[in-house]
Amino acid sequence: MALINPKKKEVQVKIVYYGPGRGGKTTNLEYINKKFKSRIKSEMVTVKTYNDRTLFFDFLPFDIGMIKGYTIKIQFYTVPGQVKYNATRKLVLRGVDGIVFVADSMTLRQEMNIRSLENLRENLASFNKDLNSIPLVIQYNKRDLGKQGIPILPIESLEKDLNSTLKASYFPASAVTGENVAATMKKIISLTVISLKEKLDLGGK
Amino acid sequence: MDFTFDFNKSQLESIEAILEEELIELGVECVVLIDLAGNVIVNLDNGRCEHDVYSLAALAAANFGAVSAMANIIGEEEFSLLFHKGENDSIHFSKIGTDLLLLTIFGKDVSLGFLRLKVTEANNKIKELV
Ligand SMILES: Nc1nc2c(ncn2[C@@H]2O[C@H](COP(=O)(O)OP(=O)(O)OP(=O)(O)O)[C@@H](O)[C@H]2O)c(=O)[nH]1
Ligand SMILES: [Mg+2]
Repeated sequence: MALINPKKKEVQVKIVYYGPGRGGKTTNLEYINKKFKSRIKSEMVTVKTYNDRTLFFDFLPFDIGMIKGYTIKIQFYTVPGQVKYNATRKLVLRGVDGIVFVADSMTLRQEMNIRSLENLRENLASFNKDLNSIPLVIQYNKRDLGKQGIPILPIESLEKDLNSTLKASYFPASAVTGENVAATMKKIISLTVISLKEKLDLGGK
Repeated sequence: MDFTFDFNKSQLESIEAILEEELIELGVECVVLIDLAGNVIVNLDNGRCEHDVYSLAALAAANFGAVSAMANIIGEEEFSLLFHKGENDSIHFSKIGTDLLLLTIFGKDVSLGFLRLKVTEANNKIKELV
């Protein structure tokens, strides 16, 4: 849960980008980091392996100004998508307030998307959190590949695989071109902040 | 386990007072109290310290989680002392209760033994408050 500091009048909100390995989570944050430089007061922190795969997480703090007199500090994280890193994925999920699930549109990755979403559900359950009730946005990434002749799944098929019961907001996107990267981010921030408003109304107690 | 900590203003002020008295006055550069989700709860420094505490907190929480997982694998509950020594500055980590972590950054002029003593004192006092 978000940490509210009544002395500094500050709220720290944790938003995690989740999804299968190589799906584009890190690329989403890199784009946000470039595009919104003025709202980002420090360097993006990344813990990666020699070949650029996320080993532990990426971390990007993002200021959205004040709500009800509190400074809201959004903290974006990505998890490592590779199956073998589940222990670290769980550590990153600790205290999560909102989730972006970055699915890979490539036809080849259909099964990996489904497994990763299932893994998210299990990991949240281990913290007594429910995927159905946490603020969630699904992003169908790599839509640009269709134009290059690489087989991608139609949105309807991705929706059927991943979002038929969740009914989360979703965006077709391309993290490399930036298409809908900001829209995805804005949506998850707004859903998460709305879910926290109630807590703020109570003055953090 | 997941958790959330909400501190009220007077708790935060008491914690700051303890850290100021036990650690800042000892000559450490910077102390940061965080939770295991990587949130900063309190940070204080000696006025000459410009570290990015939010990034530090994210990394420290992850690092601590990784080290605890290693402890479990070899059958330990946890490692009591976590300490990274640098050429000039070092970082000391101390767990407070089950969910908080105190990071202390200090230079060569502060002895580790004395620091550990003071951290333990601060730790006990903070535990009484939360
Ligand atoms: N064509 C295309 N390539 C993309 C897109 N998003 C990411 N990529 C590429 O896919 C590869 C993996 O992207 P990352 O952002 O590192 O993926 P990740 O989800 O962080 O992967 P892990 O850290 O292993 O979990 C990189 O080579 C990216 O350039 C996209 O929208 N379109
Ligand atoms: Mg990555």
